[in-house]
Amino acid sequence: MRALAAALLVLLLGASARAERLIVSVSNHRVTVTPNYSGEELVLFGSVEKDASTPADRTAYDLVVTVMGPRADMVTRRKERTFGIWINTDYRQFLQVPSYLALFANRPFDGITSPEIARRQQIGLNNVLLTQRVSGDYADVVPNDAFRSAFIRLRTQRGLYREDASAVTFLTPTLFRTGIPLPAEVPIGTYEVEIKLFANGAFVGKTETAFEIVKVGFEQFVANTARQNGLVYGLVTAAMALMTGWMASIVFRKD
Amino acid sequence: MQLYLPIADLPVNVFLVLAMGAAVGFVSGMFGIGGGFLMTPLLIFIGITPAVAVASVASHIAASSFSGALTYWRRRAIDPALASVLLCGGVTGTALGVWTFTQLRALGQLDLMIALSYVILLSTVGSLMFSEGLRALMRTRRGAVPPRRTHNWIHGLPLKMRFKRSKIYLSVIPVVVIGIVIGFIGAVMGIGGGFILVPIMIYLLRVPTSTVIGTSMVLTLVTMLFATMLHAVTNHLVDAVLALILMVGGVTGAQFGARAGQKIRGEQLRLLLGLLILSVGVRFAVELVIRPEDLFTIRELGVSG
Repeated sequence: MRALAAALLVLLLGASARAERLIVSVSNHRVTVTPNYSGEELVLFGSVEKDASTPADRTAYDLVVTVMGPRADMVTRRKERTFGIWINTDYRQFLQVPSYLALFANRPFDGITSPEIARRQQIGLNNVLLTQRVSGDYADVVPNDAFRSAFIRLRTQRGLYREDASAVTFLTPTLFRTGIPLPAEVPIGTYEVEIKLFANGAFVGKTETAFEIVKVGFEQFVANTARQNGLVYGLVTAAMALMTGWMASIVFRKD
Repeated sequence: MQLYLPIADLPVNVFLVLAMGAAVGFVSGMFGIGGGFLMTPLLIFIGITPAVAVASVASHIAASSFSGALTYWRRRAIDPALASVLLCGGVTGTALGVWTFTQLRALGQLDLMIALSYVILLSTVGSLMFSEGLRALMRTRRGAVPPRRTHNWIHGLPLKMRFKRSKIYLSVIPVVVIGIVIGFIGAVMGIGGGFILVPIMIYLLRVPTSTVIGTSMVLTLVTMLFATMLHAVTNHLVDAVLALILMVGGVTGAQFGARAGQKIRGEQLRLLLGLLILSVGVRFAVELVIRPEDLFTIRELGVSG
């Protein structure tokens, strides 16, 4: 009997969560990075579909779009003055953090929802989970931690982390679009996009999509070979050096 | 024209890199050196990480020293026996150097060590060369004869061997040790080491000037080829595209540099080279002492997924 009640509850909750449906699409699901790639902007557009169960008073929606690139371990090091010179002394390891991270919204993050929900839903760069290894423990630290903020600042400078509270625009009350800028040195891999919908400060629902960034052409071939066949790559490079040197000595032969 | 460097992972202007290769090639042709000590800092300066710069410059130096070595081989200005003994040490030193490089990189102290070794090595060699060039210049002004070369303690060491083409009779111990040292610093710092090796061979080993440059080029060539291989296999840091652009620029510039170098007198040449080496050393020293713009740095440990 209790199980049945629980099942019913879940069903009911599920139904209420499905009161709004998000339909989204990105302009390009497969971005190819060619040799002369110098950055690009994808466009994500979508609409909020209401159904019969949507409360009538829900008219204004807020959206938060999170784009996450492939995850990697990263080390942040801090320099300190030792014996008159600047040396890397302390470091923190960030575990499986996104190599690209962008958060977009239609208005300032703190206005969309309560701090409590913002933290749980990871709204804003300050609330995104960035796991650090601190002497054997795994934890995310307070947003104003020196290493964490330096990490975000450096990634932001390279255009790899960004936060824009005015990037999402509503074309009609339910139709929206946002640009996803990808810098020249964008990491390759699969990108997850999460779109979270809020109404009157409450989290209403979310949907996910993804796109892929692939490098094509000679560069990617070189990079792959270097990583997978180091020996062959080294031999070819060495042979190339000898060839260039030999050609030069023939071309510029004086006698 | 922008080109994406696959290993350095950043776009660069092809003509800028080509021009850098040509400029360094010009200087290297003029002074008869590999030019790695100029090339590596320049690459670091345009934003390539020191690790990739060091590894890629190795193959660039291999190319320029091969074209040089071929020319000297035709002129019979290479001592094969001396070169092989040097190489025994050189290959060992290179392997040690690449191993050290990998260890330092894991510790996060590679950039510091590269900068520190540049400061120490370049300012020492630079000031020695500069003062020696200055003294030589004064001597020729006064019209005095250069002091006669005498034998030193090195010539008292055991395991002597006769190097026919250089017409010297010498212990192999200092030769192997010099090979190890040059191979080691070459692999760690991304330099061929010609600018240190040539003076050492002339002043310490008394190798005649007729064979010294050719023989040192053979050592540079083999150690740098070996370093390229090791860097490619262990650290995957050799950027072949970057190296190719540098090579093409470098070998071309070297030809014009060599012609320009023939018009300048030996003492003045050494004075200029000393000054150049010294200034690169000072540049690195300044960088270490002033507060960096950003105290934090990030290194990615490989993307997964």
